[in-house]
Amino acid sequence: MLRYVLTRLLGAAVMAVLAILVVFLIANTVPGDPVLAQLGDLAASNPDTVMEWRAKWGLDLPLWERYGLFLWGVLHGDLGISIASQRPVLADIAQYAPATIELATIAFVVALAVGIPLGIAAAVRRDSWVDAAARVISLVGVSSPTFWLAFIMLAIFYGGLQIAPGPGRLDPIAFPPEEVTGLFLIDSLLAGDWDTFHDTAAHLVLPSIVLAAATIGLITRTTRAAMLEAMQQDYVRVSRAKGLRERFIILRHVLPNALIPVVTLGGIAYANLLAGAVMTETVFSWPGLGRYTFRSAAALDFPAIMGITLVVSVSTLLVNLLVDLSYAALDPRVRR
Amino acid sequence: MREIPVLEVKDLRTVFLTDAGPVRAVDGVSFTVMPGETLGIVGESGSGKSVTALSLLRLLEEPARIVGGSIRFQGRDLLAMDQEALRALRGDRISMVFQDPMTGLNPVVRILRQLTEHMVAHGRATPAEAKSRAISLLGRMGITAPERSAARFPHEFSGGMRQRVMLGIGFANDPALLIADEPTTALDVTIQAQILDLLRRLNGEFGTAIVLISHDLGVIADVCRRVAVMYAGEVVEEAGTAAVLADPRHPYAWALVNAVPRIGTPLGTDRRLVAIEGAPPDPLALPAGCRFAPRCPFRIARCETEHPPLAEVAPGRLARCWVTQAGEVLPKAGVAGFVGTARIPVATQPILSVRGLEKRFPLPRESLLAPRRVVHAVNGIDLDVARGETLGVVGESGCGKSTLARLITRIHAPSAGSIVFDGQEIGQASAAEIRPLRRRLQMVFQDPYASLNPRMRVGDILAEPLIAHGLIGRGAAARERVTELLATVGLNPAWATRCPHEFSGGQRQRISIARALALQPDMILADEPISALDVNIQAQILNLMLDLQQRMGLTYLFIAHDLAVVRHLCDRVAVLYLGKVMELAPSAELFARPLHPYSSVLISAVPGRAGRILLQGEPPSTLAKPTGCPFRGRCPIARPICETPPPLVEHAPGCFAACHFPGEFAPPPSP
Ligand code: SF4
Ligand code: SF4
Repeated sequence: MLRYVLTRLLGAAVMAVLAILVVFLIANTVPGDPVLAQLGDLAASNPDTVMEWRAKWGLDLPLWERYGLFLWGVLHGDLGISIASQRPVLADIAQYAPATIELATIAFVVALAVGIPLGIAAAVRRDSWVDAAARVISLVGVSSPTFWLAFIMLAIFYGGLQIAPGPGRLDPIAFPPEEVTGLFLIDSLLAGDWDTFHDTAAHLVLPSIVLAAATIGLITRTTRAAMLEAMQQDYVRVSRAKGLRERFIILRHVLPNALIPVVTLGGIAYANLLAGAVMTETVFSWPGLGRYTFRSAAALDFPAIMGITLVVSVSTLLVNLLVDLSYAALDPRVRR
Repeated sequence: MREIPVLEVKDLRTVFLTDAGPVRAVDGVSFTVMPGETLGIVGESGSGKSVTALSLLRLLEEPARIVGGSIRFQGRDLLAMDQEALRALRGDRISMVFQDPMTGLNPVVRILRQLTEHMVAHGRATPAEAKSRAISLLGRMGITAPERSAARFPHEFSGGMRQRVMLGIGFANDPALLIADEPTTALDVTIQAQILDLLRRLNGEFGTAIVLISHDLGVIADVCRRVAVMYAGEVVEEAGTAAVLADPRHPYAWALVNAVPRIGTPLGTDRRLVAIEGAPPDPLALPAGCRFAPRCPFRIARCETEHPPLAEVAPGRLARCWVTQAGEVLPKAGVAGFVGTARIPVATQPILSVRGLEKRFPLPRESLLAPRRVVHAVNGIDLDVARGETLGVVGESGCGKSTLARLITRIHAPSAGSIVFDGQEIGQASAAEIRPLRRRLQMVFQDPYASLNPRMRVGDILAEPLIAHGLIGRGAAARERVTELLATVGLNPAWATRCPHEFSGGQRQRISIARALALQPDMILADEPISALDVNIQAQILNLMLDLQQRMGLTYLFIAHDLAVVRHLCDRVAVLYLGKVMELAPSAELFARPLHPYSSVLISAVPGRAGRILLQGEPPSTLAKPTGCPFRGRCPIARPICETPPPLVEHAPGCFAACHFPGEFAPPPSP
């Protein structure tokens, strides 16, 4: 078991170095001459100035040496300076990431909490109304455009019924809790500030549902299919022949097997939620990574884009590592 | 006082509700099992034997439904019970063991819980009691280190071990009745012998009544005193097992008994087996008279119109046949088999000659750090095959017999060694050099369905190799050849336009044989060509192979695990263990006087035979290259000298064995 964990960790580290290489190569092969862009026509016509500028930014060094320097910087938490904000990229990301992490995590929990039981019920009562309802829910979730869903939800629950708060993480007049983790739910709890906690939670409801919608659909479908497949297996018939109760068979024999594919999907889904909140964040004015990405891309802010890509790939790797580890917990066949 | 039967089935009817109408899978089956008694149910696939088993516990799934009759367990009607009462009986008073131990255990649940959960659920034990009982059960099932084994997961166990666990699950609550559905079909012969022996002992020790379902009369004869033979949903004969084997009173049972070569019977001069033509009737359109009438060689006029009842033909013997009820006796079939002088390949140049053949399969690394592991499939095989002979290759799974065939046909490239086919070295030859030889060296596989492209018409499947080798153009010439081929293997040439799924298993195997024949090969390597088929179909295919050999002078390399069939069909036999030849001898010699202890053990493990040597343990892992004598870990007469590998030496003309003490381990006398 320990060896399994260690090899997975090592694998993740190797993958991270590769991911950094890819990010580096992409950024350094983008068409366009940085000299021209930064110095302007006049200065660029003077060879001395150009040489000096290139030396200053290390552009005269061979590619692999620049990669070494870049890697060195990354290892020291130096992702460069954002052109747009003129602040270290890492500081920007640290500022925007908690909002996204909070939203994506809540959305993920919602997706699991709805999708898994719904999938189980749909499989157990196959072809009943539960199954039909589950099918409609997943179809709507998977096929409605996030953008559209976000507007509809806002229009109904905020504009129409007025039972949900508007966009943003907090009421415009409220103060954010004292920053510890940057996750408002946790920070407000730590500060013992119930009003802020409540306000944060209320603001999370609509965006997390919107963000979770597609994932709910995927998880429901996968759970249902995996349950149906597991229910076909011989050990289920053996369990019936043992005289076990149907409920026991479903929960203790079928479900543990059916969860294995759901875990894989869950990992991918969580990584997607972290990286793919651009639409939702835009509509709900959510100050998260999605909006930061959007802005940086619009401004062609390469250091920022590289930084984001790096953070997203590393977090995907981390999620995959978690998936591998939960595999080992669920499936004795992969343990060794 | 009359004892109450454990199980009393009367006129049981189970149907499958299909779009085309109800299929009568079990149609009026009756039998009785007394406490502690053993009853076998035998029949081919589709005879209704497994559906009967599932009906007994009401474990049928849609669209199957019990529509009539009664099933009484210790006097209580199972069909009248509600689900809750039924559940209380299942796994407690009545338990069931299924065919495939590889899939019957939940892969993510520890063995211990799978053994104890129903003891606890039925209130027979507290979890702590259940645990100690489970461990002692594992011990009784012959599992070593039961305490440690209980904490493991199923994938850490071999097939034989899992079936022991399944039996342990079955016996956990000390049931009055155990239903076992083909419990040994997925296992190797030596393991099958162990499991059957275990079943017999458990019947004695626990006094549990056993209903054993199998397609193999030999297996049933090993465990059961009585047998019910099923055909087309009905019991056609019920009697003592020994009586049915010696003197069957229903023509179908007669065909069943005579379709299989028996290892104990003396060999005759003819290798053809009794094979009845045709197939079981379409269950949607059952004949009005006797259901066996369309295929029955003893049919009389009455059979076509009147359905015979199951009636007594002799004391304690029931049969559903007009002819035997009228007192007629079915003829003894001619003793099948062959004792000629086998061709010993010294004078003639062999068509195939294999020397020092080795194959290693490296496994993919499990992780970056793990060392690369290697399967040693074939570890130095020397063989010669004479033109026109049939060489049988036998051994348990993992002995390298399939790999051997794939090396000779160069589906795999050997790791070392030479293969000379008709004077030409093909062991290390390139694909282009082998291509012309491929034509002359064809292969037939175990699973005809997997090896035939399901989307192609049979005509195209057969024409494809001809066109690919440029032997024939498309169009009329190809069609003509296809017609010819289909006729050769006994299929209707008009079926060339059908797809493989429209054929039965036996017909599909005929198609694969036709495909192998298309290129007029000199030699055919058949890898378990009949083991997926029912016994009667097996006999048909074997007869076909014999005919073809005589007509075309084919050479066969016949890979099988069924020793009785090999003894019957093959001129010479090679016994493989862990990728090495243990013994190579003419068939008659080998079975009469095996030289190698492993051959003796294999022969004695064949079911339906008295005087068994039970081999302990299972073949070791192929991940380690064997040292010394590969068999010494299980050999009953192993001695220190066996640490040095014994060479394959000729001990009598044509009889080779790789053992330091050839012939010393005598087989028990066959009855
Ligand atoms: S009743 Fe007639 S057809 Fe049926 S098995 Fe007997 S002899 Fe054959
Ligand atoms: S060489 Fe020794 S161990 Fe091997 S089979 Fe012969 S007696 Fe047994």
